[in-house]
Amino acid sequence: MKEEVLVVDNVSMKFNLMENKVDNIKEYLIKMIKNELHYQEFWALHNVSFTLNKGDRLGILGLNGAGKSTLLKIIAGVLKATEGSMSIKGKIVPLLELGAGFDPQYTGAENIYLYGAVLGYPRDFIKEKYNEIVEFSELGNFINVPVKNYSSGMKARLGFSIATIVEPDVLILDEVLAVGDAKFRKKSEGKIKSMFDNGVTVLFVSHSLEQVNRLCNCAILLEKGRLIAKGKVADVSTIYEAKLNEI
Amino acid sequence: MKNTWKNFSKYRFLLMELVKKEIKLKYRRSYLGILWTLLEPILTTAVLAFFFGSIKENKDPQFPVYIMSGRLLYSFFSDSTKAAMKSIRTNSAMIKKVYVPKYIYPLSAILSNYVIFLISMIVLFLTAILFKVEPTIYLLQIVLPMFLLLILALGIGMMLATMAVFFRDLEYLWGVILMLIMYTSAIFYKVSMLNLGHKAWMLKLNPLYVIIANFRCAVFGTPMSNMSLLLSAIYSFGSLIVGFLLFYRKQDKFILNI
Repeated sequence: MKEEVLVVDNVSMKFNLMENKVDNIKEYLIKMIKNELHYQEFWALHNVSFTLNKGDRLGILGLNGAGKSTLLKIIAGVLKATEGSMSIKGKIVPLLELGAGFDPQYTGAENIYLYGAVLGYPRDFIKEKYNEIVEFSELGNFINVPVKNYSSGMKARLGFSIATIVEPDVLILDEVLAVGDAKFRKKSEGKIKSMFDNGVTVLFVSHSLEQVNRLCNCAILLEKGRLIAKGKVADVSTIYEAKLNEI
Repeated sequence: MKNTWKNFSKYRFLLMELVKKEIKLKYRRSYLGILWTLLEPILTTAVLAFFFGSIKENKDPQFPVYIMSGRLLYSFFSDSTKAAMKSIRTNSAMIKKVYVPKYIYPLSAILSNYVIFLISMIVLFLTAILFKVEPTIYLLQIVLPMFLLLILALGIGMMLATMAVFFRDLEYLWGVILMLIMYTSAIFYKVSMLNLGHKAWMLKLNPLYVIIANFRCAVFGTPMSNMSLLLSAIYSFGSLIVGFLLFYRKQDKFILNI
């Protein structure tokens, strides 16, 4: 009865760091001739493996630079892993930096269609849900104003409303539970809760142990790109706390 | 291959939205709006025809149509390749956040310019009537160079989009190359006016020159030579293949450089 939704198998990610970034043809040629094109390898992730079943809510813990964001980007399909493989079943919705895909010159209404298309929703679907999105975002008449004139809260509200209009199978949350004012935050938390109740699989990154303990049922702990613990959220957070106290 | 197609049809709507967006935003803040597309070629053609039409050897009463047909094709090529070159960088915010097949960005840049180019064909049509260019059966052949032009722009655009991610100064270099292409495309002169002798084949190294020459054959009602059609097809599809291969091999590295 347990259905595997996400399989991350031995994923490693390598970045080539260069001391001085070469971004023009002249420097590139000069350095090539002088044989100075040295790259420094940096492994952001080392052989990370885990699986998630439907309805699992995974908290990803780790200090800054542990590789949490890199892992999320690989799962979201934005980055491609250097080694290993990742497979995912169903509709994935990343709630990362809401509203980053908006075009500032476009009005809110036009951006609903654009951003919806970016997320891969068909046009008819957005048309059908258009009123629902506008209503949830509480933008009212501002929907016909170019997005460049929006406040950051308004942008985030619109982004949240578009992204959560579908029932996703996998939801990626990167500390975004703080959207807009207190009133809207309550509403958005309610929306996420209702998704939880419908059995969505969640990946949640946060530095707040309290939030992770409250929302998640399992967790992994990353340290310098290696997976050093996985299992029940209570067990992993104990290890994490112990690590924090070491420092 | 089948997967690629499935993915494409999923994002077809996004492609349409992006094409629409680029056209809409280009003219949103101008009073004349899309009329600029029609006005601009008229103005440049008038100036070019006045000066280059006064060259002594030039006795062609339909010279403005000759200039305009070259000019319109060249401006599509230059505008669309420039837009495609910048497309990955302008959309970097989106590329970093959400997965979307990346070729959508240069493709939409080329297509939106192509739509504008098709609209500007109205001006050429009207000018041709004004200067009494009689349509012939060969006019139907006009679809061939127009299609090959789109393919060429797409191929070159994909190459430029890929390279511009890694080399920021490509923009300036491409500006210089575009100028070379313009001067060797026989836009405002006729090859017969030049004293090239047996070196005239050098013009055929310029893919855009071949396309413009074929296009004019259709407009002025002379048959195209099979050789130049074949050459043009090789240029266009060759650059498309190279462009797509280059793009596909490098696209996973884009995000690390934008």
